[in-house]
Amino acid sequence: MNLLLLILTPLLTAIAVLLPRNKQHVKWVSFFGSIVQSALAFVLFFAFRRARTEDPSSPMLFEQKHKLFEALNINLHLGVDGISVAMILLTSFVVTAGVLVSWNVEKMTKEFHFLLMLLALGAYGLFISLDLFVLFFFLEISVIPKYLLIGIWGSGKKEYAANKLALMLMSGSALILVGILGLYFSNNRDFDLLSLSRASIPGSVQDIIFPLVFTGFGVFTALFPFHTWVPDGHSSAPTAGSMFLAGISMKLGGYGCLRIAIFLLPQAAKHYADIIIILSAIGVLYGAFVTMMQRDLKYINAYSSVSHVGFSLLALGMLTQTAMVGAVMQMVSHGLMTALFFAVIGMIYDRTHTRMVNEMGGLMKAMPFITTAFFIVGLCSLGLPGLSGFVAEMTILVGSWENSGLVHRAATVAAVLSIVVTAVYILRAIAHTAMGPVKHERHLQLKDAAWNEKLAAVILIAGILSIGLAPGWLSDLLKPATEVIMNKLK
Amino acid sequence: MPNTTFIILILLLPLVSFVLLGLFGRKYIKAGSGIIATILLLATFLVSIYTACHYFFEYGKINGVYEKLVPVKYTWLAFSNGLAIDMGVLLDPISSMMLVVVSLVSLMVHIYSLVYMKGEERFSTYYAFLGLFTFSMLGLVVSVNIFQIYFFWELVGVSSFLLIGYYYDRPSAVAACKKAFIVTRFADAGFLIGILILSYYSGTLDFAALIEKLTAPGSTELGNALSASFLGLSALTWGMLLVFMGAAGKSAMFPLHIWLPDAMEGPTPVSALIHAATMVVAGVFLVARLFPVFALSAPEVLNVVAYIGAFSALFAAIIACAQTDIKRVLAYSTMSQIGYMMFALGVSKYGGEGGLGYTASMFHLFTHAMFKALLFLCAGAIIHFVHSNEMKDMGGLRKFLPVTHFTFLIACLAISGVPFFSGFFSKEEILTAALNHNIAIYWAGLATAGLTSFYMFRLYFNIFWGKEFRQHGETRREGGFAMKAPMILLAIGAALAGYIPFGKFISSDGKALAIPFELKHAIAPVALSFVGALIAAWLYLRQNNKPQKIAASLSALHQSAYRKFYIDEGYLFITQKIIFNIVGKTADWFDKNMVNGLVNLTASSTQAFSFATKKMQSGKVQQYAIYFLGGAILLAVLFVYVWK
Repeated sequence: MNLLLLILTPLLTAIAVLLPRNKQHVKWVSFFGSIVQSALAFVLFFAFRRARTEDPSSPMLFEQKHKLFEALNINLHLGVDGISVAMILLTSFVVTAGVLVSWNVEKMTKEFHFLLMLLALGAYGLFISLDLFVLFFFLEISVIPKYLLIGIWGSGKKEYAANKLALMLMSGSALILVGILGLYFSNNRDFDLLSLSRASIPGSVQDIIFPLVFTGFGVFTALFPFHTWVPDGHSSAPTAGSMFLAGISMKLGGYGCLRIAIFLLPQAAKHYADIIIILSAIGVLYGAFVTMMQRDLKYINAYSSVSHVGFSLLALGMLTQTAMVGAVMQMVSHGLMTALFFAVIGMIYDRTHTRMVNEMGGLMKAMPFITTAFFIVGLCSLGLPGLSGFVAEMTILVGSWENSGLVHRAATVAAVLSIVVTAVYILRAIAHTAMGPVKHERHLQLKDAAWNEKLAAVILIAGILSIGLAPGWLSDLLKPATEVIMNKLK
Repeated sequence: MPNTTFIILILLLPLVSFVLLGLFGRKYIKAGSGIIATILLLATFLVSIYTACHYFFEYGKINGVYEKLVPVKYTWLAFSNGLAIDMGVLLDPISSMMLVVVSLVSLMVHIYSLVYMKGEERFSTYYAFLGLFTFSMLGLVVSVNIFQIYFFWELVGVSSFLLIGYYYDRPSAVAACKKAFIVTRFADAGFLIGILILSYYSGTLDFAALIEKLTAPGSTELGNALSASFLGLSALTWGMLLVFMGAAGKSAMFPLHIWLPDAMEGPTPVSALIHAATMVVAGVFLVARLFPVFALSAPEVLNVVAYIGAFSALFAAIIACAQTDIKRVLAYSTMSQIGYMMFALGVSKYGGEGGLGYTASMFHLFTHAMFKALLFLCAGAIIHFVHSNEMKDMGGLRKFLPVTHFTFLIACLAISGVPFFSGFFSKEEILTAALNHNIAIYWAGLATAGLTSFYMFRLYFNIFWGKEFRQHGETRREGGFAMKAPMILLAIGAALAGYIPFGKFISSDGKALAIPFELKHAIAPVALSFVGALIAAWLYLRQNNKPQKIAASLSALHQSAYRKFYIDEGYLFITQKIIFNIVGKTADWFDKNMVNGLVNLTASSTQAFSFATKKMQSGKVQQYAIYFLGGAILLAVLFVYVWK
């Protein structure tokens, strides 16, 4: 399969949404584009599975390389492994659902969908790039739209949030850029991921570059203590913006940590493993406790994202294959789950015009569909078996327990305890909003989900269930890919 | 072994019920939901009975020993380190027995609810949740893998949560379902770490392999697990203790029992099914499942099981004497009876005569399921009639509810251990086992037996005798046939289940165990039961003011028992004051002011710096000329004097 299609489709969709005059048409074009992207993602998934059985050894499949800028040795080098395929599937789910829940955006509809597609383009591009420069380019493409999405369509302290988010992510990017340039100059001006992975980079160089790259991507994925853009950014962003931000953008960071920092700099990864584990364990538990104190649904999900993403960073720090598989599972699971969570919050907010849990109650009566989706996503978040969160968390815990060091064990126990705190804040949120007596009479007149909202929720729930009920396909996808990385760590 | 893959139907049928009613019940099937779910459950019950009978009488016994058979198994998720989560069906004596218990009680509750829940707004949702619960509970008992049991363990937890919170607009129900879920979740965190420890040392998640590796004397796995130590306890001890923590949470053992009484907020048939007969005994089942490891490799943990069980039995029985809500009395009674099962396991040894406690525990689990489910169904019928849970609103109901009265009496006699009813046999075995191994626990069990009889007959006389009940306004009648039939069937079970020769089928090592009946061991508990019942009759048969007087004279004790010994208040203090107000608020403050403050500080200092430096770019040529001159002089000085 030609991977260029994955860049071209969102690009063409982005251009195509600018053409129609009618707002309704814009939405349909955007929806159609997202469907094509999903179809491509599925084709890629099945083609990849077939190709993988035929060729179990090469690290990347469907590779292609085009010269972009010869003087600087920059190439459009594309290729995918199981991790990328999983992330691409996730992206396509979130994009489709995000377009669907944005059906009611009437303000500058064209520009809104254009930016969504640009964001999607950045994500797809990043997941298939094997050239660090091109990868960085796609990473930056995904930052600017967020700034505009929050700044224009946001609510609340949107200017502050947009600035904060853009500045923090930009400083993350700056660190990444320095790291990438360091790699480039220390390896005969080479940006190529695969050839860099084969080069032997001296330990002293690794030790300098690793913190830059890991922290840089860490900012994107809300590594404690660089997570403060998350709550403000999410709470001000429009629904689809939050979904993209948490569902896709934060995953770019996790992907980068794994693909660039750990894969290319394995020796340094071992050096810094304890620090990563400690920071992410703090993030997991601290995020959970802070979530417990929040009253605004968006803040609840934002902080809980810090906690959940901390799980996958923790797993990366464990440097065992099982944990690594779990880390990617958690990224996919969290992406689906958090997108659904924000979608549900958006639906509730559109109707009740509040996001404060103590101003709601008994919503189940008027909105059975939305509250059921809320229940499902909440249960997924607290790791109920049969939903994706359980699979990812258990894989991480089993993988983490392989290390018998005290730091590893303590961090794993902290992670287990965070599951209890998660249950507390999720049940509080659900009990206050969906259950209990009805707070306002007018809440009884509210309408349940419309077709587009139902479809968006069903798509994401289907994703969550497909991992939760039969996780085999995902772990089969991830095992060979993580093995390549593990071989470097030996 | 014949082809037995059809056994999977036992799990699939309730699952179908859940999915079907969950998706289409509310809009399309509506009132038909109950019938559909009941038919599916009837089929489940028949397959379960068929499976259990065939296991016990045909293929289960190989060379005189009941073996563990695995007719269905597939790998659900394989980890990269060789561990794998398998899903499958494990048939052995205890799982076969549990299949019968769970599907029987569930079927009874399904039938009973046809009338009891009729006209409820979320009728089909109710049956969907029952289906989910039954599926999860059956999956739990047939688990082949310790992670499979954890999987279904969590699922029964959530179905319990959903059913306790069934009346979701009542704040008390919402609080109760949250509490139940969070307390058991806390216990499950321990269970999960226990699983991680055990699997790390045994290198497997499979029950059979895990038990074998951790019990075989001299095996390297066992050696490693025993030699690794943390805080003075071996890794194996930690693992088994934490697994027991999970079991104690689910089975409402002290001090993790606080959720069970509140769980009575759920519909009464749900209490019968989940919080009396099936889910709450999952902890006992788990200890029984891992019994060889407890008994052979971690006897010190088994001692903990015994003491916790015995204490819970006595503690709960005391509280039950002071409660006034009939469902809460039954809830504490459940906790007390489960304590019996726990300490029976705790005093048991592995194999042979010493394994009497194991058999007795499973026996009591079986008989308890009958009479306790019956008691709850009776309570449901009473509440249905009186529209109140409080004992003070009842009295003299024997004239209005003859069937309920009769079946309740049978259950009462059974739970009190009156000779020739089922509870008598199982309780007698438990006490004999305790007497042989630990005298302190025996005395606790004996005292509990007397108290049990007292609070049960207190309930009985208060409900059916005492003051006369007056009908207000409309005349109400006892529930219909669908409510009476399950009660009568369970009453037959509660009366006769004791005559099953349990030792033949269930024993710690699979070999038949002959249980001698010793009259001298039966005298003390029976005598105490009669004393308890007589005191209850003296106090409550006729309306009088003796109970108030006694309560007043024992005011401190009565008050603390009525307030459940202030355990809830203690927990509330820890959760609200410490975790919420101290830890949570500190973390929140830290995030808002320190972490975020640092970010804002960076921003504002950058801004301040740029404000300060932007004056340099003034656009005035004279100013630039001065900077230029100053710089040139500075460089000249440096070149001439410093860097010569």
